[in-house]
Amino acid sequence: MLTILFDGIAYGMLLFVIACGLAVTLGLMNFVNLAHGAFAMLGGYCAWLLVNFYGVPFFASLPIAFMFAAMIGLVAERTLYVHFYNRSHFEQVLFTIGLVFMTAAVVDYFMGSQQRFINLPSYLQGRFDFFGVGIGKYRLLIILICALIVIVLQVILGYTRFGSRLRAAVDDQRVASGLGINVNWIFALTFAFGCGLAGLGGALGAEILSLEPHFPLKYMIYFLIVVSVGGTSSITGPFLASLLLGIGDVAGKYYAPRFGGFVIYTIMIVVLVLRPQGLFARGTAK
Amino acid sequence: MSSEDSVREASAALKRKRAWHWLEYVFWIAAAASVFLLPSQHALLTQIAIWALFAVSLDLLLGYAGIVSLGHAAYFGFGAYVAALFAINFTGEPVTGLVVAGVAAGLLGLITSLLVLRGTDLTRIMVTIGIALVMYEIANQMSWLTGGADGLTGMPVDPVLGFFPIYFIPKNAYAYVLVVLFALFFVAKRIVHSPFGYSLRAIKGNPLRASSIGIPNNLRLIAVYTVAAAYAGIAGALLAQTTPVVSLTYIDFQRSADVLLMLIIGGTGYLYGGIVGSALFLIAQKSIGNVTPQYWEFWIGFALVVIALFARDRGVFSIIERIVNALGKRNAKP
Repeated sequence: MLTILFDGIAYGMLLFVIACGLAVTLGLMNFVNLAHGAFAMLGGYCAWLLVNFYGVPFFASLPIAFMFAAMIGLVAERTLYVHFYNRSHFEQVLFTIGLVFMTAAVVDYFMGSQQRFINLPSYLQGRFDFFGVGIGKYRLLIILICALIVIVLQVILGYTRFGSRLRAAVDDQRVASGLGINVNWIFALTFAFGCGLAGLGGALGAEILSLEPHFPLKYMIYFLIVVSVGGTSSITGPFLASLLLGIGDVAGKYYAPRFGGFVIYTIMIVVLVLRPQGLFARGTAK
Repeated sequence: MSSEDSVREASAALKRKRAWHWLEYVFWIAAAASVFLLPSQHALLTQIAIWALFAVSLDLLLGYAGIVSLGHAAYFGFGAYVAALFAINFTGEPVTGLVVAGVAAGLLGLITSLLVLRGTDLTRIMVTIGIALVMYEIANQMSWLTGGADGLTGMPVDPVLGFFPIYFIPKNAYAYVLVVLFALFFVAKRIVHSPFGYSLRAIKGNPLRASSIGIPNNLRLIAVYTVAAAYAGIAGALLAQTTPVVSLTYIDFQRSADVLLMLIIGGTGYLYGGIVGSALFLIAQKSIGNVTPQYWEFWIGFALVVIALFARDRGVFSIIERIVNALGKRNAKP
């Protein structure tokens, strides 16, 4: 029982690390980036190549995966995404779904279509008992890293100059740029950082989320659930939403494997219909 | 007196708008001729006609009412399952099956339309994806009824109206599908050129202004969503009647994405976009897919990105128009 809770938290944390970049993109530039999962997948494959073929230690591969996804994100943002900022959500969706299909085919071409596993160091495998609760070492690591990331994110957002500029830009883009904040620059950086986090999440989660070319499509709906249920006005909203989703999904698959997906999608629809701004959003209408 | 005049003027204008262009006659005559002239392509043409009907139904939503749906396969699949189950349990007469499937899918559309009324494009996209996923899960779980992942087989297909056999006769099947497509297309054209259709475009253009000139936005959207769902259900029933098995692929995300892509390729908001798009899509899929079936996905994605970048609502035609314009400018230079 508690093991399920623990696995669910690890799963939810992963979802959050991957999806929080999406929340910022959506909240800041009102941009629907369905291709966000593609950056997570790229990070995952990057780590897989490094660890399995070049003998890079697992812990060293994580920051490289982060940088790799962030660089690609930055390039994609400057060359492709900028053309779509003032378009409708619908056109953004078409564009980003197209990107997802293209990356899936390219990854399939270069990496093969089977599922990939990163060779974990032996001290991360297995599980130990903690007061009768079976705890997977690797999942514990995920929780620790993700918790660290959450804290760092909160500190950056809440206590740094960049964070307050970012929050200002999210709250009101026009006024923020009127005050001399370079919104475009902030957005490019944040976008790249979000992609980097997604890449890190993809590398960390290769074990749990199954790394294969259709990864972005498979988890697209999960990331969207996190963002739309959590709202985009804060970090805590998506965080709580991903924890709920993670625990709900793991518990659902365990206790009622036949209805797991059904329940989650139904809850998503109900939340969206009742609270289009998100479950944890502040009451402001944008 | 003057108000009567203006009413007369408006109805004359509507009539002018809905008059058929000569190209449309050419198109449908060519389509009818293809029944006799292209005997080896009947299977492909049948697919095109069915997808075209599905895309036309999506065009009613997207092109006229401005409702973005990424889960339209929910109604397509529901219609297909209803038609198959109806044929197995009651009668295998196809037209009755179409009517039943259309009504059932329309009812589902009526109920679920209440969910898509609110919210922005993004909320609607999410909710429609969600509806399709829930339908998929239901079809998957109720395997005692739907066959689950194995699919539903053994559906009887009697002659149409008792005298026109279509079962495993490609030519007749195509003729049957084409007649259904034409009939429903004709109705759709009347719908979009009616005052109702214009009110939909008003809502799409600006919901706030539309409601302030007295259009009941929600009722109109519910109505068009129901009609579009019924059309999709009929398209699904047609596919069920012309292929031996109804499976979960009828209802999966790929189908919703494909139909949207077809419509986008052909262009939205003039009904023929769905037909043109499905023809281009399936012919391209056949020719590219034969060479590299695995990487067909890459070209779908590429097409989406290019269209999203350059072509807003006329699909391939806006790209052609752009090229022609660019060439024209170059020639015009001294």
